[in-house]
Amino acid sequence: MRHSAYRDVWSSKTQHNPRAKEFVAFSIVSVLFLALPLSSHSQTNARGMLLPQTESNYQIRPYEGKLDPDDGQWLRPAKDYASTRYSSLDQINAGNVQNLKLAFTFSTGLTKGHEAAPLVVNNTMYIVTPWPNKLYALDLTKPGAPMKWVYLPMPTPAAQGVACCDVVNRGASYFDGKIYYNTLDNQTVCVDANSGKELWRTRVGDINKGESMTMAPLVAKGRVLVGVSGGEFGIRGWLKALDAKSGKLAWTAYTAGPDKDVLIGPRFKPFYAQDRGQDLGVKSWPPDAWKIGGGGVWGWISYDPDLNLIYYGTANPGPWDADARPGDNKFTAGIFARDADTGEAIWYYQFSPHDLYDYDAVNETILLDLPIKGQSRKVLIRPERNGYVYLMDRTTGEVLSADPFAPITTTRGVDLKTGLLQYVEEKKPTRGKALREICPAAPGAKDWQPSAFSPKTGLLYIPHQHLCMDEETVSVNYIAGTPYVGANVVMYDAPGGYGGEFTAWDPVNGKVVWSIPDHFPVWSGAVATAGNVVFYGTMDGWFKAVDAITGKQLWQFKTGSGIIGQPISYKGPDDKQYIAVLSGVGGWAGAIVAGGLDPRDKGAALGFVGATQDLPKFTNQGGMLYVFTLP
Amino acid sequence: MCLRFPKRSQAVIFSIWLFVGLAHSRDLRVCADPDNLPFSNTKQQGFENRIAEVVARDLHAHLIYQWQRMGRGFVREYLDTSKCDLLIEVPSAFRPLLTTSPYYRSAFVFVTRRDHRLQVASLDDPALRHLKIGVEVLQEDYTPPGTALARRGLQNQIVGFDRTGEKGDSIIRAVANRRVDAAIVWGPLAGYFAQKFGNSLQLNLLSPELDPPGLPFTFSISMGVRKGNTALRDELEAVLRRRGSEIRGVLHRYGVPQLELAQTSGGEN
Repeated sequence: MRHSAYRDVWSSKTQHNPRAKEFVAFSIVSVLFLALPLSSHSQTNARGMLLPQTESNYQIRPYEGKLDPDDGQWLRPAKDYASTRYSSLDQINAGNVQNLKLAFTFSTGLTKGHEAAPLVVNNTMYIVTPWPNKLYALDLTKPGAPMKWVYLPMPTPAAQGVACCDVVNRGASYFDGKIYYNTLDNQTVCVDANSGKELWRTRVGDINKGESMTMAPLVAKGRVLVGVSGGEFGIRGWLKALDAKSGKLAWTAYTAGPDKDVLIGPRFKPFYAQDRGQDLGVKSWPPDAWKIGGGGVWGWISYDPDLNLIYYGTANPGPWDADARPGDNKFTAGIFARDADTGEAIWYYQFSPHDLYDYDAVNETILLDLPIKGQSRKVLIRPERNGYVYLMDRTTGEVLSADPFAPITTTRGVDLKTGLLQYVEEKKPTRGKALREICPAAPGAKDWQPSAFSPKTGLLYIPHQHLCMDEETVSVNYIAGTPYVGANVVMYDAPGGYGGEFTAWDPVNGKVVWSIPDHFPVWSGAVATAGNVVFYGTMDGWFKAVDAITGKQLWQFKTGSGIIGQPISYKGPDDKQYIAVLSGVGGWAGAIVAGGLDPRDKGAALGFVGATQDLPKFTNQGGMLYVFTLP
Repeated sequence: MCLRFPKRSQAVIFSIWLFVGLAHSRDLRVCADPDNLPFSNTKQQGFENRIAEVVARDLHAHLIYQWQRMGRGFVREYLDTSKCDLLIEVPSAFRPLLTTSPYYRSAFVFVTRRDHRLQVASLDDPALRHLKIGVEVLQEDYTPPGTALARRGLQNQIVGFDRTGEKGDSIIRAVANRRVDAAIVWGPLAGYFAQKFGNSLQLNLLSPELDPPGLPFTFSISMGVRKGNTALRDELEAVLRRRGSEIRGVLHRYGVPQLELAQTSGGEN
């Protein structure tokens, strides 16, 4: 755990750095940066690296907005439509959490990355596994929670080859007696929650086009919302809405292309000028490039029933070689607000115009009503891959603040007048040129792993990376019979010497309240509870409980494999509070263990091995559910 | 082809080969794409299938395919875990694998219609500014010519073609059907599919051969095995020496444009 350590770490490092003189030029530049009308809550170190600010004297400000009532179940990965991942159960608290004991376990029998959140409905727990995407139902009313049934969707094995970053699945959603989820080979399935019988399945994508599916669907207004993965494979991204009863396609909203394909019509009113205009999904690309321009929808969707809007982000544009796609590459790397019934776009904001660094914008969107400058506003919070936590007005798409929560060198802030991200010229990649210290690295300051919000503390708990990367000279590569040349990316810990952090963030003031460094990227989700205890897991397999107010570690348990799953909290049939999490390392960050990569090859798994080289020393693969409760 | 092996290792190879030959129960596990002509498919119609047969026959091995689309992570998923032992084709300088000496060399080519009389070959030909140029998309990237065109400010001339499965010939068909004026395509694919349009398409070797500072359009191709599997690599070297002309004959029949193998090749590109 660490309080405002960035500056200390850096002052001591730069003092001893023999190259310190070279950085004088940078610091002059950084003084100029501060004069720009950028968001204010950041500081810059001697090397021009943007760092988060720490709030030294945080006063707890409980949330005054309204949250969905909690019945102790867990119906969808994000818990509620606002995506708080907050449990109002409080049996487990800071005073007794150290007594937490294992209640039962369950092996999935699989060795790939387990990223899903378990669901708990009607005293049954549901678990979706990575490929081959089995669905297990466990009976919570019986001792040891024995298996009720298992449903096997039998996806085609060829799909494994098109999943870019391990064959993960991020979970299922429950609605009206049915479980909905996606298979890696692009089928959305609907399974009877009682019997395990398949009610329908709809094929929504094609692996031959490089499409695959890993995201958890959201069911809103009787529609199952599903999106595609595969930005690394020349796909054209989309979000589809299926009728929850029949599985029939209701509408498709493409990320790029003509307005009619993107479902942009007269109701589309983006806040900023650069997002307005006709057919920007075509015009902001070279001819035809939007057809293969990526922009997948593989992350999270939130829903505001009052505004009747859904919110979700779009992934990075393709190809990675940004020179080949001049223009803003709309509507990739941004956020859409859409009508929940028709899918019509209401507004859009681009976090990373013409993305240069694989900064997908698919992270979770937390919908809250917060006091901003004395006025309660309907906001959304986005801890973005590009390193900033965005606070936006969710009715209009206006950016209210954007403050760094991890070290940043690629940009120097967001101009709040224009909404434009300010790129740093000398960090722009060019083919054939070696680039050093690109921060955040390609997986971003934070990837898909969702944060949790506690209304009791008013804080957002963000699991994230702390990584930079170098883009090395080109190396010969090979796909589908054809040789080509690609960039060689090597990732490593950002200054401070650790690869990940678990950060408590004050969303109103845009500052870090406390943060806990971890050796590896923190790739698990988080759950906040009314007992003022927050849970998360580490890639070397520690499942941790920390004090929601102080960040003090209260309890930990070593699971059999690294944790990249999403913990949940539920009320069992015995009225006791339980905490559940899937262990099973993998995903992009854990590919070194799940895929058995050679740690000597730092460029493997798109460069991630460089940052996780020693992970095999700490953990091994293997999917297992762990459920805890008080004795 | 250069023969770089000292006599002693040849003797070792021979004895391994002899042992295996006598044992009669050897499997040669080859990873191949299930649907990617002209390279391979499950009907075994591709030239990698033909070459695999030549190798298996020579080694008296039983040929077993692991059908798998080659995407990212492919090497670690399939070769590193011993699901297969051999890739028939990889660039000679492909670092994740141990490669043999190159057995052929090919290049990206300009494909145009003969009746169009364009005669373009150079990326610096001013005529390109007025052409629609098809370029293949390889999962996360354009092929190298796409990058080279973008660098010349010609990105607006590019038409990207997704190229997997049964759509493999779409970029060549687009030239024949006048959807694009030209296409820059990896030689083996271009040569094979151009045959289907009789004599109507023209293939010109792309120039320059290497775009500064380091973007090659010409690649030597080797067989690839798991790192550390020098025994199999050495066996394959011997097969290539014995069967080199037969293999080049296969490539010729599939219309693969072949460049002369440089004497020093093996680690360049």
